[in-house]
Amino acid sequence: MNFDFSDEQKQMRDEARKFLSEKCPPKAVREVLDGKAAYDKALWKGLAEMGFLGVAIPEKFGGAGAGHLELCVIAEEMGRALAPVPFSSTVYLAAEAILIAGSDAQKQKWLPKIASGEAIGTLALFEGKGNPSPKAIKLTANGGALNGVKKPVPDGAIADFAVVAARTGSSGRDSDISLFIVDLKATGVEVKSLTNIDPTRGQAEITFKDTKVEPLGAAGEGWGVITQVLDRAAVLMAFEQVGGADRALEMGRDYALDRIAFGRPIGSFQAVKHMLADMYVSATLARSNCYYGAWALSTNAGELPEAAAAARISATQAFQHCAKNNIQVHGGMGFTWEFDCHMYYRRANAVALGLGSLSYWEDALIDRMRKKNAA
Amino acid sequence: MNFDDTPQEAAFRAEAKAWIAANAPKQYEDELRKASLGRVQLKGANILEVAKAWQKKKAEAGWACLHWPKEYGGRGATPIERVIWQQEEGPFGRLSAMFIIGHGMCGPTMMAFAGEEQKRKYLPPLASGEKIWCQLFSEPAGGSDVAGLRTRAEKDGDEWVINGQKIWTSGAHYSDYGILLTRTDPTVPKHKGLTMFFLDMKSPGVEVRPIKQASGASDFNEVYFTDVRIPDSQRLGNVNDGWNVSLTTLMNERMSIGAGVATGFPELFDFCSSLMLEDGPAIENRAMRSKLANWAVKASGLKYTSMRAISALSRGERPGPENSIGKLVAGSMIQDVAAYALDLQGAAGALNGPEDAEVAGKFQAMLLRAPGTRVEGGTDEIMRNIIAERVLGLPGDIRVDKDVPFNKIPTKGRA
Repeated sequence: MNFDFSDEQKQMRDEARKFLSEKCPPKAVREVLDGKAAYDKALWKGLAEMGFLGVAIPEKFGGAGAGHLELCVIAEEMGRALAPVPFSSTVYLAAEAILIAGSDAQKQKWLPKIASGEAIGTLALFEGKGNPSPKAIKLTANGGALNGVKKPVPDGAIADFAVVAARTGSSGRDSDISLFIVDLKATGVEVKSLTNIDPTRGQAEITFKDTKVEPLGAAGEGWGVITQVLDRAAVLMAFEQVGGADRALEMGRDYALDRIAFGRPIGSFQAVKHMLADMYVSATLARSNCYYGAWALSTNAGELPEAAAAARISATQAFQHCAKNNIQVHGGMGFTWEFDCHMYYRRANAVALGLGSLSYWEDALIDRMRKKNAA
Repeated sequence: MNFDDTPQEAAFRAEAKAWIAANAPKQYEDELRKASLGRVQLKGANILEVAKAWQKKKAEAGWACLHWPKEYGGRGATPIERVIWQQEEGPFGRLSAMFIIGHGMCGPTMMAFAGEEQKRKYLPPLASGEKIWCQLFSEPAGGSDVAGLRTRAEKDGDEWVINGQKIWTSGAHYSDYGILLTRTDPTVPKHKGLTMFFLDMKSPGVEVRPIKQASGASDFNEVYFTDVRIPDSQRLGNVNDGWNVSLTTLMNERMSIGAGVATGFPELFDFCSSLMLEDGPAIENRAMRSKLANWAVKASGLKYTSMRAISALSRGERPGPENSIGKLVAGSMIQDVAAYALDLQGAAGALNGPEDAEVAGKFQAMLLRAPGTRVEGGTDEIMRNIIAERVLGLPGDIRVDKDVPFNKIPTKGRA
């Protein structure tokens, strides 16, 4: 048994960490946070040059063809650095949807552009509040034309194309939903940026009016693809969350060692020590669940749906727990704009929602566990 | 990232599996599998005898104390082979409960500090389960603060005379031998005046009184020493160096990983899956699903954390203090899980008779045993300190008695 990443994968992690610590220091994250840029273009280009954007894209489609374990490794580092780039929407959502459902021609058209950083993609799924559900999709696709509104769409304002979930039937079943690829520069597309709790990852509202579209996958099979994409993205996003949780824990630990109060480092007070110990525990449990998710993702195991839900829940909890208690350890300094704590807090709470909130994944986990037990 | 054995591991597993299939006491398998936390009983059989017989059989075939050297009754196996054995032994491993302290802590301490002749005399019968050992460390005045103990050992010629009291001694009532930490010099700071011995529990002056726990069971004891004489040859380590000797014992505790910790979750999930509430199947209830999902990811997180530790073992790395997580998380989780299972039963949840209580009173037993899990082998607070200090590198707690002679340390909180 080797329930760990290989030496080569760990080497890749070191490489990614080194690259991101140079190219994506907190200062770079703040440029986007402060609204000076929509995303870090130089970092995006650098990630493409390093081969990180196409790490799980097969070589024949312009990627590095390494695989999903390698992508997990990169994802953790992206989360650690709070990289202000459309990595998750392009790589975990759009690219995975095309890998799962795309025709050979669609893969040839889009995947090389993703790997090279030329095209930013996203998944347009939500229409207002609520969790992923076929019933919530009102936007229609009739005769190759799309009509309706999607929001929030992650990185929607900077994306070049979107995979859009649309209603193509009225049977009341999952088979009413189909997927389409839409060029967001096309006529009939209107994009509006939305204010959100984590400006380092933008959200948008996209309105489609008789927009010409191209189907992705077979008609009526969209929801099955969406579920698969969400499961895969859940594992990858969980690695980002664990990376963020670890970094927040480190920040809290370092501050507790440096800050003196009542004549000694605050990290010597048991109340503070125990808070940090609990942060370590939640981050460790999440990491272990993520490793199982990574195994299931990379081997395409039947356990993936259950493993993905467990990784998602565990990592969401860990990142939120570590981010909020990191601020608590920092005391008054922790909630100033000047310190970096709030950037992790924002990210932790924003990524907790983007693939469906905790209640969605809790339901998914219990349903999947019951199904397994019944089998 | 895989769950596969190496060829050597696979061969070892196959051999273990075949031997267990041919030799395990299968008539007890079902009862052992269903036994609830802290309550392993066998109908119509003496568990002590069944356990000793299984251990003896294992020893004769070379499957006892796998990680010990062959000359002392072990197998000289690798840590990963030990984990594989635990996985294959499955429910029969529950029969080893009474040997854990002897095999995991007393044996390794003897190996490190006893003379060669003593090792050859005492270790093989310990490995084979013929003799059972206990560990006499904790005292009323020294629980988490082990070094605060007061049991005295005074030199008298070639012998030592022991007077004092130990507490929370697991299995003392059926133990043949024990390792004993005593105070030999009260005029120096507490860690510097301790000495370790081993002794025959049948020695004159040793009195064992079982403690009835909250659960009603009596797994632990008080042990009183009145003028008990121990030959100097049974001293382990140097005089006044007992603290270092005891650290060896405690460090060995950590090596016992891999079996997986009990969280109560699989039992709860089964219970909830079939439970009907006033408004339909319990498992359809949103609030319940949320609770179950939260516990599910803790249970799986622990499971995969232990698999990561096993992977590290198989690479030849030693388990570190990060393995304190299992007990810390599982201890309070099992307590919460049990209380929740009772809550779901409404007023009837308070019933404890095997006939009247749901699932034969499994959750009631769990509830009453759980507080002990959070205390034994280090409280939640000690576990958090270990993680904070040894994993995260935070400063140690302030110890105001550190440099004070033991006999000058205050003994009461309020004057």
